[in-house]
Amino acid sequence: MSNITASQRPILAWWLRIAFGIILWTAAYLALAPASAWFASVLPLTRNGALYAAAAFFIYEVPKVLLLLAIVVFVVGVIRTFFSVERTRAFLAGKNEFVGNVGAASLGIVTPFCSCSAVPMFLGFVSAGVPLGVTFSFLIASPMINEVALGLLFALVGWKVAAVYLGFGLAIAIVAGWVIGRLHLESWLEPWVQALRAAPVELPSHKITAAERVDAGIDAVKDIVGKVWLWVVAGIAVGAFIHGYVPNGVLAAIMGRGAWWSVPAAVALGVPMYSNAAGVIPVVEALLEKGAALGTVLAFMMSVTALSLPEMIILRKVLSLRLIAVFAGTVAAGILAVGYLFNILFL
Amino acid sequence: MKHVKVFGPGCNRCQQTADMVKAEAAKLGVEVEIEKVTDYAEIARAGVASTPGVMVEGKLVHAGGLPKPGDVQSWLK
Repeated sequence: MSNITASQRPILAWWLRIAFGIILWTAAYLALAPASAWFASVLPLTRNGALYAAAAFFIYEVPKVLLLLAIVVFVVGVIRTFFSVERTRAFLAGKNEFVGNVGAASLGIVTPFCSCSAVPMFLGFVSAGVPLGVTFSFLIASPMINEVALGLLFALVGWKVAAVYLGFGLAIAIVAGWVIGRLHLESWLEPWVQALRAAPVELPSHKITAAERVDAGIDAVKDIVGKVWLWVVAGIAVGAFIHGYVPNGVLAAIMGRGAWWSVPAAVALGVPMYSNAAGVIPVVEALLEKGAALGTVLAFMMSVTALSLPEMIILRKVLSLRLIAVFAGTVAAGILAVGYLFNILFL
Repeated sequence: MKHVKVFGPGCNRCQQTADMVKAEAAKLGVEVEIEKVTDYAEIARAGVASTPGVMVEGKLVHAGGLPKPGDVQSWLK
């Protein structure tokens, strides 16, 4: 690791690097279609065969998804330098219920927060006087609407579905948190948690330069893309298989709008799955293409990302089993509602 | 001798942070005593809501994510 900080770097050279990066990214993106078409054309496979279709899909999708994921993670990484858990907490402490729920769900998207921090975050919020329901809004929104989920939906399924996912994800986090707040379940926290009080702390803030924000974006790309690329490739491989081998329309019968039980089945299947969005979304894309209903597929995705068994086990340290059940039940009900609503509204 | 507390439930980044403090202190020739705090209640009482958190001589200087080596040096000076 170098000891040269961003501020010591010659600014001009640094901006040139950024410009070079943007040009390189654009060139790579523009070259995607012709390059992958050429690669597919030299494959020793018969055209119109299932294997050819699967291989061509895979060759085109892998670089495309990784490029788009990188750009979205970069942008979110830069945005996140403007937020911190501590500042979010200070903002939410003492906010009234509804405003608090909306603020917490929105801040849940942009506040940098790692899953191993779930318990300290929860305790930090509750002990500083953030209402329980507001804390839950944050806890629900943060994993469900993360940059990887949004980035991949945008890259694979299109911006409309990504926007809808964002909207409904926010709605679930706000309403579920509000319901939990209305139920006044503070007494269901573990007793030592109820007793916990912490004075708000002020962290020494140092001015973050534009260069440091861009560096943070680059770090986020290295960190996140480095962690999830294998999931993405595996997910695209499954998607490619579905694309090439599953006949059109066959999924309509089991995952289509006509099958009423497909939404609860999708949620039940999604909860114990501990995958991140990166592995699920390429599969989602292929399922949609073969006739699965959008609501069913979104319900599956949301339950995978928002309700994870390992997270609930970690939270058991601070929440009673009853409270975890209410949390999971409220969120699952919200996801079911979104799934059905979608299947009814979008023909 | 500077007393440094690293707050975190034992995740990877918390260990990296503690190692970083040790390494930077050695570079500066500052003697440090590093204490790792893993108890959730104690982490919350210190005001830390995102881990790893770092406290130097009783003052909270960092919370959330890996610190930068330059920042670590400035806390130890």
